[in-house]
Amino acid sequence: MDEEYDVIVLGTGLTECILSGLLSVEGKKVLHMDRNDYYGGDSASLNLTQLYRKFRPDQSPPSELGRDRDYAVDLIPKFIIASGELTRILVHTDVTRYLEFKQIAGSFVYRDGRISKVPSTEMEAVRSPLMGLFEKRRAKKFFEFLQSWKDEDPSTHQGIDLDKDTMKTVYDKFGLEPGTQDFIGHAMALYLDDDYITETARPTYNRIVLYTSSMARYGKSPYIYPLYGLGELPQSFARLSAIYGGTYMLDKTIDEIVTDADGKFVGVTSGGETVKAKQVIGDPSYFGAGKISEGGKVRVIEEGKVVRAICFLKHPIPGTEDSDSCQIIIPQNQVGRRNDIYIAMVSSTHNVCAKDIYVAIVSTIVETDKPELEIAPGLKLLGTIHDKFVSITPLYTPTSSGQGDNIFITRSYDATSHFETVVEDVQDVWKRVVGSDLVLKKREVEVSN
Amino acid sequence: MSKQFQFKLVLLGESAVGKSSLVLRFVKDQFDDYRESTIGAAFLTQTVTLEDQMTVKFEIWDTAGQERYKSLAPMYYRNANCAVVVYDITQSASLEKARTWIRELQRQADPSIVIALCGNKTDLSARRQVTEEEAKKYADEEGLMWGETSAKTGEGVSDIFMAIAKKLPLTAPSRAGTSRTAPGARAGVDLNKQSASVGQNDNCNC
Repeated sequence: MDEEYDVIVLGTGLTECILSGLLSVEGKKVLHMDRNDYYGGDSASLNLTQLYRKFRPDQSPPSELGRDRDYAVDLIPKFIIASGELTRILVHTDVTRYLEFKQIAGSFVYRDGRISKVPSTEMEAVRSPLMGLFEKRRAKKFFEFLQSWKDEDPSTHQGIDLDKDTMKTVYDKFGLEPGTQDFIGHAMALYLDDDYITETARPTYNRIVLYTSSMARYGKSPYIYPLYGLGELPQSFARLSAIYGGTYMLDKTIDEIVTDADGKFVGVTSGGETVKAKQVIGDPSYFGAGKISEGGKVRVIEEGKVVRAICFLKHPIPGTEDSDSCQIIIPQNQVGRRNDIYIAMVSSTHNVCAKDIYVAIVSTIVETDKPELEIAPGLKLLGTIHDKFVSITPLYTPTSSGQGDNIFITRSYDATSHFETVVEDVQDVWKRVVGSDLVLKKREVEVSN
Repeated sequence: MSKQFQFKLVLLGESAVGKSSLVLRFVKDQFDDYRESTIGAAFLTQTVTLEDQMTVKFEIWDTAGQERYKSLAPMYYRNANCAVVVYDITQSASLEKARTWIRELQRQADPSIVIALCGNKTDLSARRQVTEEEAKKYADEEGLMWGETSAKTGEGVSDIFMAIAKKLPLTAPSRAGTSRTAPGARAGVDLNKQSASVGQNDNCNC
């Protein structure tokens, strides 16, 4: 460990592994460490032994759940949106060769006490039972407007300026009812709350286009999912990094982040040895998250909390046409909340659990001091819950860009249903670390040197 | 008509026993005396032809150095059909390490995996520390295939891969379902196929 590295990366979550992979491809000398003896950090998928060690250290998994190795239980509930940025990174870096994907079978939305399938196309939306006859006509006009929008052709704008007008203006123009707005804003644009309505319409437009183009790709839902769980994603980028010379050390306690008299990064101490590097990147847990930080330096702050309940079911979720996997969105207005409740369900079809087991994660952003009660409307939709693991996780964000001290900290995994914000964080950290925008180059290597 | 079967083969063994050299010899019939540790490689394929016009395509996974600090990802073992566990006949400690890797394979990999124990560097047999008898005895006890090779001279290299190809269950139809890489066998979605349309959506935020 007496070598000097360009970058030390702490934590093998997806954000850190993508960065590590891309930096190694770029020719940087990377040392990647994790305190755990498994890959993935907060975005890992755990087998039963690991799951119990994390949530119930005093118990061992019941044998009736089946073989330990059949399980890969995600800690964060996210899917890959088919036309999104993560897909682009997966394809460009060629890590897709290590992975196999399956579709998520269905996407559902909760309305007036029951769940309905989110239509696959705009036109299907118009046929869905989610809207009355006249509302369907108005919605049809709205979707046609979005579909035909061309920035360079003002005749398609119908007097709307996406960059100046708010989404409220757009909704009002087409006379859409609140229930339809809920559906569009939450089930399609995937906003967690209603703040977007008073903001300019462009981001919402982009999100609807992302949703519909993702939906159009594979048909049933806009999402895809890696076999053997989300934990495969960090592993595949770690492999990319290793292939380009990255050094991997798991199961390493990080004792100290060493800085010089000016507070600039020097190295990382682990097991009594200090490894030097020019820069360090890491997840918030390596930089004082959840603890009073040493020396008075606060490197990360809490922005809120997410409550997540990992539920084992012995049946598909009622009302989902026995889907082997699905997303259910409970828009905030439907249950008198500020933030949506999400359900993400996968099963043995995705090689993440034993046969006839279904793993559903119910999650939302915490609004009260009784987080478990907040997810009750979601838990109620699941039917009989065989077992449940609840966690309340603070979301941390770095207090500085890191450019002053060469300490670059990533963000916690948020409550959104897909990985687009993770990629935004990757792009942001990349820019801070490297000093220029992340440009994806097609990997050239097929066969080795 | 010839029939092609595709298998995932993983390499294991201590650093510097010649894992990458062995593959380089097998795949490209090359050898490099001053080969640095594996960089940029890690995904090679080679096809061998058996009798009856059957061909076996090996998709060979190198450790990419992740074995050095016991940091091989579970993904590495996932769906491996066969493994070559390499030791250096001039280093008895490397056989001990090989035993550890074999235990790891028995724990992590599919129970049906075909494992070959391979003693490399027979060109340095003057410095031999591991006898053929000792290694063979261990292999027999564990039900492993066994062979000795020299990646430098090429001796024994194609033999060991050929022996593995012959031992793999070419008849089992379940095989296709367990290999994630057989192109025709993909049950899921192919992201690469869609890469063209990704570019077409440049006007959205994807």
